[in-house]
Amino acid sequence: MVNSNTYKQYFNIWLLLMFLTVITVGAAQFDFGSLNIPIAMLIASIKAGVVALHFMHLKYEDGMTWIFATYPIFLLFLLIAFSATDIFTRVVN
Amino acid sequence: MPFMKFVKSLALPSEMLPPIIEEESHFDPETEHSAAKLGMWLFLATELLLFGGLFAAYAIFRAKYPEMFLEGSASLDVVLGTVNTVILIFSSYTVAIAVSAIQENRIRLVKWMLWITIICAAIFAVNKYFEYSYKISNGITPGTDIFYSIYYAATGVHMLHVFIGMAVLGVLLKKVNEGRYHKGNFTAIEIGGLYWHLVDLIWIYLFPLLYLA
Repeated sequence: MVNSNTYKQYFNIWLLLMFLTVITVGAAQFDFGSLNIPIAMLIASIKAGVVALHFMHLKYEDGMTWIFATYPIFLLFLLIAFSATDIFTRVVN
Repeated sequence: MPFMKFVKSLALPSEMLPPIIEEESHFDPETEHSAAKLGMWLFLATELLLFGGLFAAYAIFRAKYPEMFLEGSASLDVVLGTVNTVILIFSSYTVAIAVSAIQENRIRLVKWMLWITIICAAIFAVNKYFEYSYKISNGITPGTDIFYSIYYAATGVHMLHVFIGMAVLGVLLKKVNEGRYHKGNFTAIEIGGLYWHLVDLIWIYLFPLLYLA
C-alpha cells in the first residue's frame, strides 16, 4: 500500500484541500441567496470526501467498511429531514 | 481388558484435536488488523451521530431565525477560523504521513509527524482559547441567543475531541519512542490517525456553517 508515490500523493491531496479551503472562503464573500448553504455544504462535502478517501484510506477498504462509513450519513439525513418536517408542519405550536 | 481398549478408541488422536490458540483475540494478525479498523469506523459512525444532533439543531434554528444566524456568524472572526481550518487540515496531512511511514519502519519520520500534529492541535486550542475569551469578555455567552448556544456547544464538543485526540497522539508518540510500533505492528497508529481525521472532518463542516454562514 505504501510506495514512493504515497507521500507525493498526500502532498497533492493537501494542496487540493488548501485550494478548496480558499474556494470555501471565497464563495462566502458572494451572496447566492438561498443557495449559500447548499454551495458551502457541497464544497465541505467534497473536502470531507477527499479526506476520507485519501487520508483515511477509504479507497483501499472493503465493502463492509464502506457500509459503516456511509450509513451514518443516511441516518443523519433522516434525523435532520424528519425533525425539520415535524417542526415546520406543526399547525399548533 | 477389552473395555479399556474401547474407551481408548473413543479418545481422539492428538492431531485431530483443535489447535491451542495462543493469540488472545484473533487467529491471525491480519484479521485482527482489519477487525480493529472496522471497529474504529463503527465508532466514528457514532461520533458523527453525536455531532448529528447539533447539526440538526443548527438546520432547524437557522431556518427559523435566519437573521440571528447571519448576525451571529458575521460577529465571528473569519481570519482566525480560516487559520484554524488550515492548521487542522495540515495536521490531518501529517498524521496521514505518520500512518504510512510506520508501515515502512521510518520511525524518525513517524515521530516528527506525530510531534507536528500534536503542536498543530495545541495551536488550534490556543486560537480557540483567545476566541472564546474575547467573546466572553464582550459579554457573549452561550445564553446570548440560540446561535451562540449552538456555536459554543458545537465548537466545545469539537474542542473536547481535539483534546482527546492530543492525548491519543501523545500516547502513540510515547509508545513509538519505546519502540513498540513497527512495520509489523501499526494498527494503533492507523486507528488513532482515523480518530484525528474525524476531528478534521467535523471542523470542515463547522467552519462554513458557523463562520461563513
